[in-house]
Amino acid sequence: MNRTYELMFIVRPDMADEDLDKLVANLESTVTSASGTVKAVDRMGKRRLAYMVHKFREGIYILMTIEGAGTVIHELERRLRVTEQVIKFLTVRVDEEHKRLEKIKALRDSRKKASAQPAAAAEQAPAAAGEAPTADMPAATV
Amino acid sequence: MSDEVKAPAAGERPARPFGERSGGGDRPRFGGGGGAGRSGPGGPPREGGRKFFRRKKVCKFCTEKIADINYKDYRLLGQFVAESGKIVPRRLTGVCSPHQHRLASAIKQARNIALLPFAGRAS
Repeated sequence: MNRTYELMFIVRPDMADEDLDKLVANLESTVTSASGTVKAVDRMGKRRLAYMVHKFREGIYILMTIEGAGTVIHELERRLRVTEQVIKFLTVRVDEEHKRLEKIKALRDSRKKASAQPAAAAEQAPAAAGEAPTADMPAATV
Repeated sequence: MSDEVKAPAAGERPARPFGERSGGGDRPRFGGGGGAGRSGPGGPPREGGRKFFRRKKVCKFCTEKIADINYKDYRLLGQFVAESGKIVPRRLTGVCSPHQHRLASAIKQARNIALLPFAGRAS
């Protein structure tokens, strides 16, 4: 039940601010009532779309990071589909990706610390270099 | 491009049917001088003897250690997308295979959320 999702949706550009806040609050309450947690809400502002969507050339982008099971997203997407102001949405599951990035970061940090101590560098560098190819393998299959 | 003008004068290779801009669908096997649109091979000037090979292009993600290829950074993704909106093949960009897969998925996700176009110039 620890899946992390990124939900990005586009809202019509002629929507008022308070309506937008109401919509976001609605979605947040949906998430919490379905036993999920909203990690972050990022309003990316009005952007020009790469192609026309529902006769609009611009849209307001919003990115929500949500933690929960798949049913949370199911319910959320159902609501978004019904909402008329939302013209597009995309959900991406990111927990595996974050795990992979954390692993790479940890590897790089350990390697950096090893090189900072020249005495231990000789032993740790080959060990880290030996880990690096094997660590990349599971990442590549993602 | 001036390269195209010199090539027929070389006379060694058969005349190419169309002046390719980005090597779309052309044989990649010919060593040297295959990709119009890239800088010409450094070395002896082109006079018809293409015995040297082009410098090995390296994967941008491997050298700069970019681990995170996200659909959200459309500027990075836009570098690997042609003018027509198509994803550029990795023999032209030099991206390694696993990164090209991730790049392609990220570009397709970005297209779905209207950050990149499906066809046509990116605004």
